[in-house]
Amino acid sequence: MIRLLKKSYAALIYLFLYAPILILLVFSFNASKARGNWTGFTLKWYLELFQDRQIMKALYHTMVIAVLSSAIATVIGTAAAIGIHNMKKLKKKIVMNITYIPVVNPDIVTGLSLMLLFIFTKFRLGFVSLLLSHITFNLPYVILSVLPKLRQLDKNLYEAALDLGATPFYAYRKVILPEIMPGVITGLLLAFTLSIDDFVISFFTTGSGVSTLSIIVYSMARRGINPKINALSTLLFVAVLLLLFIVNLRTSGTSHEHKKRSEQKW
Amino acid sequence: MKKYWASYPYLLWMVIFIFLPLLLVLFYSVTVRTEEGVRFTLEHFQRFMEPIYLKVLYRSVKLAVICTVICLVFGYPMAMVLAGNHFKRKQVMVFLFVMPMWMNFLLRTYAWMTLLERTGLINAFLSWLGLPSLNLLYTEEAVVLGMVYNFLPFMVLPIYSVLSKIDKSLIEAAQDLGADDVTVFRKVTFPLSLPGVFSGITMVFMPAVTTFVISRLLGGGQFTLIGNLIEQQFLVVGDWNFGSAISMVMMLVILISIGVMSKYEKENEGSGLF
Repeated sequence: MIRLLKKSYAALIYLFLYAPILILLVFSFNASKARGNWTGFTLKWYLELFQDRQIMKALYHTMVIAVLSSAIATVIGTAAAIGIHNMKKLKKKIVMNITYIPVVNPDIVTGLSLMLLFIFTKFRLGFVSLLLSHITFNLPYVILSVLPKLRQLDKNLYEAALDLGATPFYAYRKVILPEIMPGVITGLLLAFTLSIDDFVISFFTTGSGVSTLSIIVYSMARRGINPKINALSTLLFVAVLLLLFIVNLRTSGTSHEHKKRSEQKW
Repeated sequence: MKKYWASYPYLLWMVIFIFLPLLLVLFYSVTVRTEEGVRFTLEHFQRFMEPIYLKVLYRSVKLAVICTVICLVFGYPMAMVLAGNHFKRKQVMVFLFVMPMWMNFLLRTYAWMTLLERTGLINAFLSWLGLPSLNLLYTEEAVVLGMVYNFLPFMVLPIYSVLSKIDKSLIEAAQDLGADDVTVFRKVTFPLSLPGVFSGITMVFMPAVTTFVISRLLGGGQFTLIGNLIEQQFLVVGDWNFGSAISMVMMLVILISIGVMSKYEKENEGSGLF
């Protein structure tokens, strides 16, 4: 009896979580603009979506920023993680505390403080400022993904490589890097997802003419309901699901912890 | 392995893009530009003490607290169900629970707009039943609903992870000593799960108190929260000094809530900041 009660409670919570998303997905195929009634299947919102030049441009920006920012953040972050790993206790603690600032700070503060910096230094707000901001908030997550792998690493491996005549750089490239690769890839994918997902920081650090999909969704949703957003949501949801599937195949178990940290941001 | 230098580009990056910007916020919050130049002042903080702004702060904290309480009340049982042995494929259930979080939160919030609006599904259902339609969207309740919907997993996951780590023999020992289910929960399970509860409270309260998107989309701009106030000051009014001062207040609220909560949060690996 109690078992049944528990199961139905869980079912209700799942319904609460999924019903809005499912309705959004289903109604992206609805012919009528009013969401209340179903008037027939259509793909016209998807067609309109792909014909909307503003949205296509935003999609392009979103993808380019996500690819570039996650790649750059992965390079800088992996190097940083190796450096941090080799630091002494106190120094490590200080650097880790700095690393946690963007994770703990509210997104809105990170966003507006970056905006202040760009305007203060007369840096033009636009594509580059957006890219720099995305790299900034991606960096901690790359480091937090790579550091655990470095901790698991056998110290002797590196020393063995040196004993066998490898230069330090060669040893890092051929011995350490392959060992920590799973963490690096996880960090890359996480950074990529976070970059696509971000709204608040992009909202503050972008200039006129450059928008990401999130910014478009926000400005459209602010004006009310628009079936094109439903179509866009469906596509984005499917894309994120695919990405998530890949990440989860790689690191079953650790991804919850990451998400927990990342979602904390806003 | 003396490879500190590998982290120097990163440190330089963080100084420029994290440290300096925060210093700028601090600088703007305590200065004012006059004809003679820039001078130190606390007038922006003083201005924040005016009733209209305090009311915004009060509303933000109030809605965030309501949201946190609702998440706790509904999330704790859910965490217990997930941590118990009710499902054959527990991992899948947990995964299903986490999955909606990966959808962009703007879209999750927007999904509720389509449900709550005048011609939305809920009102369509009501009129199908022959009931009058309700004003659901652009209310304070809608804002709280949107927060709960977005942040419920942050309450459930930490509690779930603590609950599933509890040593089962402790519960069995309590039962052997004659405790009934209620007593076991009250005296053993719940106290042991407190770190998860505090962690969950922090993780729900923080985003709830700083949001400006949920209140804008589901509240329609009528329910200004502290996040909206900051956004307005920077992007509409252009008063960076006052905006910075409010940001400082917001950071203070966050720091205090983290500080209070992390005192109770044991063995929280990684959060070295506090």
